[in-house]
Amino acid sequence: MSSPVTSPKRQAQSEESIKAAEHASKAKRRARRAPYWLIAASIGILLVGTGYPTAWQLVTSTQSYGLAQQFGAAAEFIGLQNYIDLLSDAEFWQVVGRSLVFCFVVAGLTLVLGLAFALLMNAVNKAVRLILQISMLLAWAMPIVASMTVWTWLFDTRRGVVNYLLDKIPGVDMYRFDWFASPWTFFLMAGIIVTWMSVPFVAFSIFAGLTQVSDEVLEASALDGASNSQRLRLIILPMIKPVIAIVMLLQVIWDLRVFAQIKILQDAGASGSKFDLLGTYIYKVGTGSNDFASAAAASVIVLILTISISWWYVRKLMKEED
Amino acid sequence: MKRKSRVGLSVLAIVISLVWIFPVYWMLNSAFLPTTVLERFTPTFLPFGGSWRNFTSAMDDGTFFRALGMSVAITLIVVFFCILFAFLAALAISRFKFRGRKTFIVAVLLIQMLPAEALFLAQYKMMSSLGLLNSVIGVSIIYIAAVVPFTIWMLRGFVAGVPADLEEAAMVDGLSRFQAFMKITFPLLAPGLVASGVYAFLQAWNEFTVALILLPAEDAQTLPLWLRGFVQASATRATDWGEVMAASTLVAVPVIVFFLIVQGRMTSGLVSGAVKG
Repeated sequence: MSSPVTSPKRQAQSEESIKAAEHASKAKRRARRAPYWLIAASIGILLVGTGYPTAWQLVTSTQSYGLAQQFGAAAEFIGLQNYIDLLSDAEFWQVVGRSLVFCFVVAGLTLVLGLAFALLMNAVNKAVRLILQISMLLAWAMPIVASMTVWTWLFDTRRGVVNYLLDKIPGVDMYRFDWFASPWTFFLMAGIIVTWMSVPFVAFSIFAGLTQVSDEVLEASALDGASNSQRLRLIILPMIKPVIAIVMLLQVIWDLRVFAQIKILQDAGASGSKFDLLGTYIYKVGTGSNDFASAAAASVIVLILTISISWWYVRKLMKEED
Repeated sequence: MKRKSRVGLSVLAIVISLVWIFPVYWMLNSAFLPTTVLERFTPTFLPFGGSWRNFTSAMDDGTFFRALGMSVAITLIVVFFCILFAFLAALAISRFKFRGRKTFIVAVLLIQMLPAEALFLAQYKMMSSLGLLNSVIGVSIIYIAAVVPFTIWMLRGFVAGVPADLEEAAMVDGLSRFQAFMKITFPLLAPGLVASGVYAFLQAWNEFTVALILLPAEDAQTLPLWLRGFVQASATRATDWGEVMAASTLVAVPVIVFFLIVQGRMTSGLVSGAVKG
């Protein structure tokens, strides 16, 4: 609210016109400032809640930060040493590789099933569709911790239903099979669970997209003699491509950060670095061995990974904004 | 031929429904069965033993209600401030043209993508130096910051959906800009506000990762942490799955109810950016 500079020229003007001009410019300025006041609260909380932690992460990742610093010693700047250490660590690369493979396999499977279920919702009659939708909704609504608890019960070695049912298949011996013993079955189990919880969102989103494809276009193409698969490939899929693209992107980002799911499964009986994905790896390094600096460097790598994946999406949304 | 394939698809859809709902069903079913039945080799598939004993024993040491209180307090704070902040910001970006608007939108979209897993150490350090570990305020600040970007994005769609002409017409009739907004646009935004409030509710209620880091003390646990602790405590003396499933049900039921009420709006809010135009 700085007062306007009064030039000699202006002094010559009559008192009243100055006041009017001042009033008008004040109102204008207030209108110009209004949007900034409106976003101030959001910016404030974002700076505190995410901005500062991100900056801290960046700074700490260039420092030597261990137990001594926990007790108040000043951290020493060591440049990119933490990154170099991390990137020359075979274990870290294994975790990154495992996370990426897990993420892309699960996201791909989720997308395929979600698309298939959305097409199925579109194809069946109203009653069956409602049954399918309610079932998907209930699975979607389950809090993560609750569904992980149920799934550990389903995969329980002694009394789990999964082992019981698989064991019923002739020739398959799954009696007291321990899913938590090897990383392969551990991540197979984790993949099944994460797919189960993510498919509903994808199915509903794509179904919402499908309902926007107009019946007239489909009828016209049927009259022109297009087969079912041609209609799917040439008309339906291109029309819902934007939804599919965004859903896939969100899914990839979400599956890259499956911390809660993996952590709870680990709690249920698997430890060791072979069972880690990026989230649990950072958690262990940061809280277990108190090596904040390496953990911060790993976090920054995850941040870069996520931002580079999201960049495309943000640009696309921005184009629509104009 | 066509008829046959349609029946086949319906059967397939029913089978998929059964598979997807099975874990939810199993949670409820086990919650009502006594331990002796659950310990049998052959699972009991038929519904409901009809005993509430698992529920009462899951709740009886009082920790459940302490965690419930914690969750309710955090959730209320998060929902209130998220709606308020997001509403103001959504107003700014959909009703004003200003310098930095685009930067703000990009920042909001990018921040929404940031994984909690990459920030939790810094958030822990920050809250511990502020003395806000194990406090409702500390964790609420992080939650608001995590949820506000998406609620801004969601509400922006709703505000943009109310034509500014309506407000201008009211201003011609002599209302101030503020009055016009409060009388004309605000009531039309109610569904959007409800939807974003419920979104914030679900996020705050279900959140696990940040809570695990920022609320290490046992008496500061939220419901998801309580459930995890309950499972772990039970595992030390051969897990009582009936009790554990009753505990999961207690955590899940409020969410499922809210979710069913609002899911339509949430999906449409989430994909509107993609489908629009």
